[in-house]
Amino acid sequence: MNDHYPALLIISPLLLAFIVSAMAWIRKGLCYPLAVVGSGLSAWFSVQLFATVLQKGTVDYRLGGWEAPWGIGYHVDTLNGMVLMVVSVLAFINLVATRKTVAAEFPEKEGAFYTLYLLFIVGLVGMTVTGDLFNLYVLLEVASLTSYSLIALGGGRAPLASLNYLYMGTIGGCFYLLGVGYLYIMTGSLNMADVASLLPAIYSSSAVWVAFTFCLVGVGVKMAFFPLHVWLPNAYSFAPSAVGSLIAPLMTKVMVYVMIRLMISVFSIDFTFSILKIGDPMVWLSTLAIVMGATLALAQKNLKRMFCYIIVSEIGYMVGGAWLGNASGMTGAMLHILNDALMTISLFLAAGNIYYRINGLEIAQLQGLFHRMPVTMACFVATGLSIIGVPPTCGFFSKWYLITGALEAGQYGFVGALLFSSLVNVILFFRVIEVSYYGDMQHAHGHGSPSEARAEAPAIMLVPLLILSAGLVVIGIYTGTIVNTVIDPVIPAALAR
Amino acid sequence: MSDLIPIIVAKYNYWLYIVLMMIGLYAMIAKNNLIKKLVGMNIFQTSIILFYVSMGCKRGGAGIPIIQHGPDAGHHVIDLANYVNPLPHVLMLTAIVVSVSTFGVAVALAIRIYQRYKTLEEDEILARLRSK
Repeated sequence: MNDHYPALLIISPLLLAFIVSAMAWIRKGLCYPLAVVGSGLSAWFSVQLFATVLQKGTVDYRLGGWEAPWGIGYHVDTLNGMVLMVVSVLAFINLVATRKTVAAEFPEKEGAFYTLYLLFIVGLVGMTVTGDLFNLYVLLEVASLTSYSLIALGGGRAPLASLNYLYMGTIGGCFYLLGVGYLYIMTGSLNMADVASLLPAIYSSSAVWVAFTFCLVGVGVKMAFFPLHVWLPNAYSFAPSAVGSLIAPLMTKVMVYVMIRLMISVFSIDFTFSILKIGDPMVWLSTLAIVMGATLALAQKNLKRMFCYIIVSEIGYMVGGAWLGNASGMTGAMLHILNDALMTISLFLAAGNIYYRINGLEIAQLQGLFHRMPVTMACFVATGLSIIGVPPTCGFFSKWYLITGALEAGQYGFVGALLFSSLVNVILFFRVIEVSYYGDMQHAHGHGSPSEARAEAPAIMLVPLLILSAGLVVIGIYTGTIVNTVIDPVIPAALAR
Repeated sequence: MSDLIPIIVAKYNYWLYIVLMMIGLYAMIAKNNLIKKLVGMNIFQTSIILFYVSMGCKRGGAGIPIIQHGPDAGHHVIDLANYVNPLPHVLMLTAIVVSVSTFGVAVALAIRIYQRYKTLEEDEILARLRSK
């Protein structure tokens, strides 16, 4: 049993997804409990697996007992152990927290929703755990297809946004597949470790460069890296709130993880930085991503759209950090995967709670919200402080590593962009706080609802949000431990020099 | 120019997939109708499938690797030159499933869009969205 955690992690939500879809025809009431079981099992196995990895070191799992270069191998080190835990635990928390919004927003489609939800977890978890390049493509498309359908569950413009996401996402997936094809032509292997051991002899081949570029562009589309980000704001802001808080924190972070995995485990650090020499252009693109994301966020009048552009600039943080070419930058990028997933899910859950009560997310509608929903807004402020980067929240520490890395690498433009986006985040969040704290309640709601009445979200939605906000501070305090035990072991030796 | 032709002819399968891919990409960028874009997307995906299929092939009459059906009902030393590499073809079975399901989801979305806007022309939809 213990040896099979990497497979169980994926199989449990996969099996339950099919049971849930069948159950939608038999007894609708059972869909949600079954989804909780599937997601919960996955979260439990990922925590166990992470504990095993921390104790005994890297876990290599051979699916069906086939030896590594021929069969599909699952490879779990501390980095993807951490990402696995983040993905499956956050998906579980979100499942619990959004029960009521799902019941309210699409009561007829609960069976379909929970089936897709579990399949989405399968895709993300599989992408993170796998050590096989083609397997990664298939699971990437599983996650993408489910996210298109989940986004399209929203009303209004959601189907159009989802279709545009589908066009872009498919091109991204195809580019990745093409890159894998070039690698297969050159090495005859699809196993990441095997490819990595075969590549050094042919680093000078232009086909390998093309392979890397195609993979990078494909992954870049899927993670909404700046010039390729156009699908993200519409898709995530028109999605139903339960879907937004699932996809927005997880999908883009897992794609950043995939990029880092390709950089350090498939193509080595020597290749990506010394031979290809695209470190500088990538950092400048990330700088642009941060500045443009922050600037566009300023122009938004809707809370969720503002968050979407914040995600675009946060992606710039992570990509830039990974391409700085030193250990601090890479540490910052890896740490920010964890921190940003937590911050984004807290933001979107808070937005979900607000939407549940006032049915709108225009910033002008938020007047007097501190009096109506004090707990939600307190969590919102805590998350905002973390995104701005106020110590002791976790956002401060990853930003600290990123800035240290940028100074070491002499990338002052990137430092400037990080500081600029922090300042813009101050404006963004304090603008919302100002409206919701000092805004005139009577003026905004002329329809006679008692202005001072507390209308806090139900406890089942509040408790997960409170746990996540507390997590922001706890992770901030334990940053040192996390960096020492989880991130340091996976930083390649070539970066540390 | 005379140097270029042998290069193209020697690896014509790769050039063909590039041409197909560009046709697909052009349709996705330039076409106004959502379904035409979808067709472009399918051409794009198919070109990559063909690329994979062609990379497994070998010249000189190599067949599928079913040893039993080879010369002497399999009682011979296997010469790799007689068999194509089956792995890319198997991979493409999965990729075909992915592309079919993507197409299905996309058509379902197109139906939802048509029900809402009564048109599938992108500029008309955008005009309708702007007028609201």
